[in-house]
Amino acid sequence: MTSLISDPNAKHKISVTRLLSHIHIDALLLLLLLFLMSAGLMILYSAGNQNSDLIVRQLIRMAMALSALIVIAQIDPDRMRDYSYWLYGAGLILLIAVLLFGHEGKGAQRWLDLGFFRFQPSELMKLAVPLLVATYLAERPLPPTFVRIVIGLIMIIAPSVLIAKQPDLGTALLIASSGLIVIFLSGISWRLIISFISLCAVALPVLWYVMHDYQRQRVLTLLNPESDPLGTGYHIIQSKIAIGSGGIFGQGWMEGTQSQLAFLPERSTDFIFAVIAEELGLVGVGLLILFYLLVAGRGIYIASQAQTSFARLLAGSISLTFLVYVFVNIGMVTGLLPVVGVPLPLISYGGTSMVTLLAGFGILMSIHTHRRMMSP
Amino acid sequence: MSNRITLKDHFREGRLVNDRLIFSVIFTGLLFTIIMIRLVFLQVLEHEHFDSLSNRNRVDIEPLPPQRGLIYDRNGVVLAENIPTFSLELVPENVPDIDLTLNALADMFAMSDEEIGDLKVRIKQQRRFKQVIIRERLTQQEVAMFSVNRHRFTGVDVVGRLIRHYPQGALFAHTVGYVGRINEREQQYIDEQDYKGTLQIGKTGIEKYYEDLLHGTVGYQRVETNVQGRVVRELFRSAPVSGSDLFLHLDTNLQRVAFDALGEYNGSVIALDPKTGGILAMVSKPEFDPNLFVSGISSKQYAALRDSPDRPLFDRALRGHYPPGSTLKPFIALAGLEMGVISEQSKSFCPGWYTLPGQDHRYRCWKSHGHGHVDLNDAISQSCDVYFYDLAQTLGIDRIHSFLDIFNFGHRTGIDIPSESAGLSPSRQWKQQNRRQVWYPGETLISGIGQGFNQTTPIQLAHATSVLAMRGINITPRVARATRSSVESELELLPAIIAEPLPIERSRNWEAVIDSMIDVVHGNRGTARPVAKDMPFKIAGKTGTAQVFGIKQDEKYDADTLAKKLHDHALFIAFAPADDPEFVVVVVAENGGGGSKTAAPIARKMITHYFGVVSDD
Repeated sequence: MTSLISDPNAKHKISVTRLLSHIHIDALLLLLLLFLMSAGLMILYSAGNQNSDLIVRQLIRMAMALSALIVIAQIDPDRMRDYSYWLYGAGLILLIAVLLFGHEGKGAQRWLDLGFFRFQPSELMKLAVPLLVATYLAERPLPPTFVRIVIGLIMIIAPSVLIAKQPDLGTALLIASSGLIVIFLSGISWRLIISFISLCAVALPVLWYVMHDYQRQRVLTLLNPESDPLGTGYHIIQSKIAIGSGGIFGQGWMEGTQSQLAFLPERSTDFIFAVIAEELGLVGVGLLILFYLLVAGRGIYIASQAQTSFARLLAGSISLTFLVYVFVNIGMVTGLLPVVGVPLPLISYGGTSMVTLLAGFGILMSIHTHRRMMSP
Repeated sequence: MSNRITLKDHFREGRLVNDRLIFSVIFTGLLFTIIMIRLVFLQVLEHEHFDSLSNRNRVDIEPLPPQRGLIYDRNGVVLAENIPTFSLELVPENVPDIDLTLNALADMFAMSDEEIGDLKVRIKQQRRFKQVIIRERLTQQEVAMFSVNRHRFTGVDVVGRLIRHYPQGALFAHTVGYVGRINEREQQYIDEQDYKGTLQIGKTGIEKYYEDLLHGTVGYQRVETNVQGRVVRELFRSAPVSGSDLFLHLDTNLQRVAFDALGEYNGSVIALDPKTGGILAMVSKPEFDPNLFVSGISSKQYAALRDSPDRPLFDRALRGHYPPGSTLKPFIALAGLEMGVISEQSKSFCPGWYTLPGQDHRYRCWKSHGHGHVDLNDAISQSCDVYFYDLAQTLGIDRIHSFLDIFNFGHRTGIDIPSESAGLSPSRQWKQQNRRQVWYPGETLISGIGQGFNQTTPIQLAHATSVLAMRGINITPRVARATRSSVESELELLPAIIAEPLPIERSRNWEAVIDSMIDVVHGNRGTARPVAKDMPFKIAGKTGTAQVFGIKQDEKYDADTLAKKLHDHALFIAFAPADDPEFVVVVVAENGGGGSKTAAPIARKMITHYFGVVSDD
């Protein structure tokens, strides 16, 4: 890690790095995250029509999220392993509670009103699922046996189905993939993976059958967005126009007409990527993607250097799931994937997801900084 | 599990997981390569396409309609202007609850359920961000009332617009005309580009004839709009060019005199300046208020105007067909003189009737016991019918027709108001073609006194009188005098349209006829003697009484027993001063009885007003 820094003040920086390391913070990862978050604030200022209230609220969330990161980074990974069953169990109960007495917002039941604050149990599950699956699979030597894989799959499917029922297909898919990534990393045989993928292909028609109308509509409009330019296809059409009109260098910060004149819907939340593409061009989004890859790369490096299989699985899952977020969001905004409602991590305006996301990075930092001397 | 085995497992498991991590890195690298390819496709290859789509999204071209030119009378009195009005408009997408809002507005403006129902339909039909007009021409009170309560009505606003207004009301209804909403038929021939944003077009009168001049040139602005279609800023502006102002020959004061003098009679009064052809006053009665048509007349009001038996919308001055009666006599006399059939001195004997050779049908003179021996002067000043029966019989219809032709009888005068009527000057050929009948000699006689098939419009009579007054100089009557392209620029006078002078060989013939017309007013036995009172100059005139209803042989015309509708039309033509005419006046009072009794006094009022004659009546 120290080799990555090579400027004249290296000595000073190294000491800062060491200092942060003492409080279980990974300096490079923190730097990358802070950079992305600052860029996010800048874009949000433009996308939100220069509304400073929006920025202040986002800053408060970021502060909360960073606190969560710092707190979680202090927890020893072994302790996390101990908590994993409890956390998962609590999350599952809350999910059922949401379905029973949840608070409705935008046509979906996702919120649990706890009186003092509103809480989205699915956010908890984003961490609890990979944590539990990693814990469970790492209890025995890897690769896991078939029975353990099946039990792992059940651990994944149960919360995913509950979340999909809210309905929040995007989050359900992300949670499922975070668990599946753990199973994949655990070294199950390729034959099993291929059979599993084939099974999914067969299950697709069944999935189509159980999907909500609005979800089917989203898939249909993805295939031909022009078919409904004023309804469901409107988002994608306007977003493609915004991205395309940005060109290589963009129209300039706060100069994007699609964004500033409100042609682009949900421009400060799910479609904020289109604002970046319109105002900062291919260069801007290229840089952004580079930084996302650096963040994930650092996470994967941490995973590869982890001392236990549990830590490797968990760190790998968190890092890769982060990339899945980025991929799904950009894929949906550019019209490659259906509009499933996934925010652009660290940049989209929004509440709990920021906290969960940074909590995840807190786990990564904890893994990297709680190291035991195993051999001299 | 021994420590050694665990360590070994750790190593193996580490490699296993790291292999999968490496695979994942490669796989995600692939996914993000796809993303980058997609972005390059959208932002580089398809950039121009999306850029133009983006511009189409935000840039809107808005027409800027020109301001319509104003219309003034000769003294600068405004006859047609553009006044700002306020209308109440609603943008559906900005209204949180349309039903609630409409109900509240209905209470405030006392609108009926029907109106509200219509509005709801209109709101449904329009795009959500387009304004819907709730109410037009708000009064000051209504504007104030709404302004106070505006906070209650999100998405509803008072919007100012310019609309045409005729401050003189009904006074110039037929002459100046009016504008109205562009209809489908007009949509066909107007330049669509030029009328973008313009809602109204000249429908009748001067407003229609000078439409091109008054309309102006449309401008446009390229504006940036937001997703609601609301203008954010202006990118480019090409200003509209206002229509030219129009200055008419008409004199509002004189028009008012004519209007009041005609009183309750239906009919028409026209005054013109024979030297320029300029129409000084032109009234058609009954009248209507042109302002009704500007912002869409209700079908009920329109039906009332259209179906009224008095036909107020009908412009009698230009389209009313009246038998000219005795007012035609000076022209017939001129024909006789010019063709050498009569001389000033030659006489006819009037016993009160005339018979054609070999027939016993008596063609009566209005004076049943006859005028005795009459020469030209007596025949015109006392309006002897028998003299003109005799003259017409001698001339024959063909010569009468061709002579009246040069005075434009049976032809449009070419005045600058559309839909003028041509009248009818009968001929043998006309009768053969239209009635499939031969011409009877008796019809020549009654043509000689301006009855029978003869139909003239008041403007034709005015034009012919003007030509007579000017001793053959033929100037087309005109309402518009000058234009002005902008307030700063000079008036541009419109040229008088002067046709070939009339081919009258002996100029003495003009004077012979005009002298006899002077005697109509100033002679001892003239039919319009009261007109001469206190006049400092000589007036030439001719009364006319046109039969609406044919009375049988041996019957007497008795006004008291006849229904008003069947009373004779009263006509009078005159010009003054007779030797150097400045003023021509024609009066047609429908069912007015006699020309001397009803029409001549109206003409007198016009003359005294125009020349400022002081008189005690």
